[in-house]
Amino acid sequence: MTGILSLTTYAPLIGVAAILLLRLFGNRDETRASTAAKWIALATTLATLALAILLVVSFDRHQSGFQFTEDVVWFAGLHYHMGVDGISLLFVLLTAFLMPLCVVASWRAIDNRVIEYMIAFLVLESLVIGVFCALDLLVFYAFFEGQLIPMFLIIGIWGGKNRVYAAFKFFLYTLLGSVLMLAAILAMIAMAHTSSIPVLMTHHFAPGTQAWLWLAFFASFAVKMPMWPVHTWLPDAHVEAPTAGSVILAGILLKMGGYGFMRFSLPMFPNASVEFAPLVYALSVIAIVYTSLVAFRQTDMKKLIAYSSVAHMGFVTLGIFSGNLQGEQGALFQMLSHGVISGALFLCVGVVYDRMHTREIAFYGGVVNRMPIYAAVFMLFTMGNVGLPGTSGFIGEILTLTGTYGASSWPAIIATSGVILSAVYALTLYRRVVFGGMTNPALFAIGDMNVREITIFAPLILATLVLGFQPGLVFNLTNASTTHLVDAFRAATGR
Amino acid sequence: MTFQNAAALAGPELILIVSALLMLVWGAFQSRATVLFTIAAVAALIAAAVAAILGPTGRAFSGGLIVDAGAVFGKVVIYLTSAVAIPLGERWFARRGMARFEFPVLVLLAALGMGMMVSADDLISLYVSIELQSLALYILAAFHKDNEKSAEAGLKYFVLGALSSGILLYGASLVYGFAGSTRFEVIATAMSHGAGLGALFGLIFVICGVAFKVSAAPFHMWTPDVYEGAPTPVVGFFAGAPKLAAMVLLARLLTQSFGGAVEQWRQVLVVMALLSVAVGAFAGLAQSNLKRLWAYSSIASIGYALVGLAAGGAAGIQSMLVYMVLYVVDVTGFFACLAALSRGGRPMETLADFAGLARERPALGMAMTVFSLSALGLPPMSGLWGKYYVFKAAAGAGLAWVAVAALLGSVVAAFYYLKLIKVMWLDPSPGAVDAPPLEATVVTYAAALFAFPAVLIALIAIDPWAHTAAVALALR
Repeated sequence: MTGILSLTTYAPLIGVAAILLLRLFGNRDETRASTAAKWIALATTLATLALAILLVVSFDRHQSGFQFTEDVVWFAGLHYHMGVDGISLLFVLLTAFLMPLCVVASWRAIDNRVIEYMIAFLVLESLVIGVFCALDLLVFYAFFEGQLIPMFLIIGIWGGKNRVYAAFKFFLYTLLGSVLMLAAILAMIAMAHTSSIPVLMTHHFAPGTQAWLWLAFFASFAVKMPMWPVHTWLPDAHVEAPTAGSVILAGILLKMGGYGFMRFSLPMFPNASVEFAPLVYALSVIAIVYTSLVAFRQTDMKKLIAYSSVAHMGFVTLGIFSGNLQGEQGALFQMLSHGVISGALFLCVGVVYDRMHTREIAFYGGVVNRMPIYAAVFMLFTMGNVGLPGTSGFIGEILTLTGTYGASSWPAIIATSGVILSAVYALTLYRRVVFGGMTNPALFAIGDMNVREITIFAPLILATLVLGFQPGLVFNLTNASTTHLVDAFRAATGR
Repeated sequence: MTFQNAAALAGPELILIVSALLMLVWGAFQSRATVLFTIAAVAALIAAAVAAILGPTGRAFSGGLIVDAGAVFGKVVIYLTSAVAIPLGERWFARRGMARFEFPVLVLLAALGMGMMVSADDLISLYVSIELQSLALYILAAFHKDNEKSAEAGLKYFVLGALSSGILLYGASLVYGFAGSTRFEVIATAMSHGAGLGALFGLIFVICGVAFKVSAAPFHMWTPDVYEGAPTPVVGFFAGAPKLAAMVLLARLLTQSFGGAVEQWRQVLVVMALLSVAVGAFAGLAQSNLKRLWAYSSIASIGYALVGLAAGGAAGIQSMLVYMVLYVVDVTGFFACLAALSRGGRPMETLADFAGLARERPALGMAMTVFSLSALGLPPMSGLWGKYYVFKAAAGAGLAWVAVAALLGSVVAAFYYLKLIKVMWLDPSPGAVDAPPLEATVVTYAAALFAFPAVLIALIAIDPWAHTAAVALALR
């Protein structure tokens, strides 16, 4: 099945080509062209999802190495090298799963420049899948950096009032981190004389060098993740981005940081990872406690969820740098689960925002009286965010905490308080929006979720519950690769 | 060495000089510039490029001219970009009622000078070739002669260019004095045990003289004013090929004649490179005129190319060549696009003029976006791959810290490139954009499509070609 990975990666671009051709040669009428663009985008994202599912089905779970590899010699010693293992395949699936939902969620919410919007989203999907499939450093970098452009436009064109500021902040923060990573990538190529990720994973860099390289990669991934104190771009970007943009940002783009740590930092710089683990623990614990408290004080629904994302990503970094199997599996699971749940929460905000055009928490109250279905859906994802057993959120948190405890007890103990804090802010948000009396007359006419919205949420609800009750589905897929990762890490560091 | 051999080696130059002189006579006998005239000039340049590829290699005129893979590489790129510049400029002037037959002739002469620069193997031919191309460019800068700014640009360019020529000549005389010959070959023998203080002193003057021509900081002061004043298609011409020619010339002089003094001249290049990147990044932030903005952008680009040259050796020169080729395509495309755009007959030059361009002319807006992102070095545009070559060479030569510093400069510069993108995509348009002329749009689209995605394929061919050229330039 050579080529299927490239096909999956570039499938969204076929949709882009179709939209462009239709625009050039098809109907001149803007409205009809927009509708056509929406349908093409939906069909393309669904086709990509089908390809991703095909990848998962034909993936050999017992093998830890890269599969479906493609390796073509390029120029200047570079290779066009693609392949997936259990870890990256999970993210490919997550991306392909969330994208059709984003397209449907934007169906009515986006009413200007629809064609450009759909093109930006499809390009973004292609680049994100590419990030997870790339096995050459420069190819990875190209995909990783490339998605700044469509995301910049998505926030900048279709965002809220302060969108230009948010778009610039997002772009410049991320660029600064990535530029340091590019320098590290070039240094690695100069030292190891290869840009192949699988080869570099077994290459041994001198411990002193590792420290510098680790820090450079950390600069990029920590901004992406985002970790405290470089998280400040995230609330701005989230608040200003359109709903679907927030879903992609929280659901997938943040995960590239965690993926980067697992793909580069741990296997390529194991000694430095051990050396800097206390730093990561400290930053993660601060993120969990501090941003949870910040989240509690927010008056904007999206901002609250954005800060809660930072807190949840704290668990992920804790798990990754614990360096044991529970930690790694937990971190992966937490990322997957957060991708689904935070995506769903942003969509929940989107549902009321589309009706009332405000995200102020104080504006709402007693919504349950008019929107019972919405209240139930919102409740489920709030519980998932809190980490209630039975939802996917629980599995991720408990595993990362167990893993961290195995590596270092204090960070785990402090981080556990984050579980309580998350209940505090998430339930408060829910109570203030959904329960209470209907004091705001503007809300009297608000309607419940329609069929289109229920269709968006149905797969997310299913995913949250299935993952909560059957986490084994995920672990089967990732087990061989994570075990290999942990074994190699232990062998390299002698722990 | 027979005359036939020498003539064969100088084939491209002969084609150009003969066509330029014939066209001068032809032009004097016809009342106005015709399409046929433009076609003849383009044909001469293409013929010269073909002659450069097919012609023999070797030395002629007792070292005055050398033809090797490096020279051929330079000539092909120079002649082809000059060929693009002729119809662009000719049509642009024609639309303003200023079509004159001298324009193609001057471009031919400038191309001849540049071709000789990349072939120079002697301090005399180095100086003569630089002067030939500079004089043609001074006139081109002032070609819009009824326009005050264009005249000012031409004068400024001339005065500062003459000053830099003086500096260069003084340096050359010192090098001659200490080496005992003007020929690169003999200089190399004299410097084989390391260059003495006097010769280095001379070399640094020569480097400064060339730095003026490529507008590397701190010798960049003329650039923004000249770019702003000179006619747009002319700026696109002299922001590209002449810089490539000067960089090739510098590479040959430094590695062949002063190969033993790498450590000494590397310091000078590193300082100039980092200053250029810093000036380009910070001074660009304050610009609202796009021609000035791109002047600073090109200063920063030269800084990156100098990093590659500072890395030295075949790898360094190769990185510089690849970077410069990608840069030349970008800058040609950018100024072609700028020349194509006007609102209500008024050329679009300020940032505010570009508001809403992506909405009105999506394809041109997209092309401008590609050029900006490429200049910024964002993947997968061509600029990134140029930087990849340059910084890989730098890291290999132990100049990793220079690479990091230069990359940080690009983050600062990112702000103004983003500002342009923001203006084009996010801001509402103030009025209709005029229908762009055909030739400029064709060049714009071709350059944009090269910057992405054609570059991803083209580099497979450019990489080994530039490598051969670099090996020839680095070794004697």
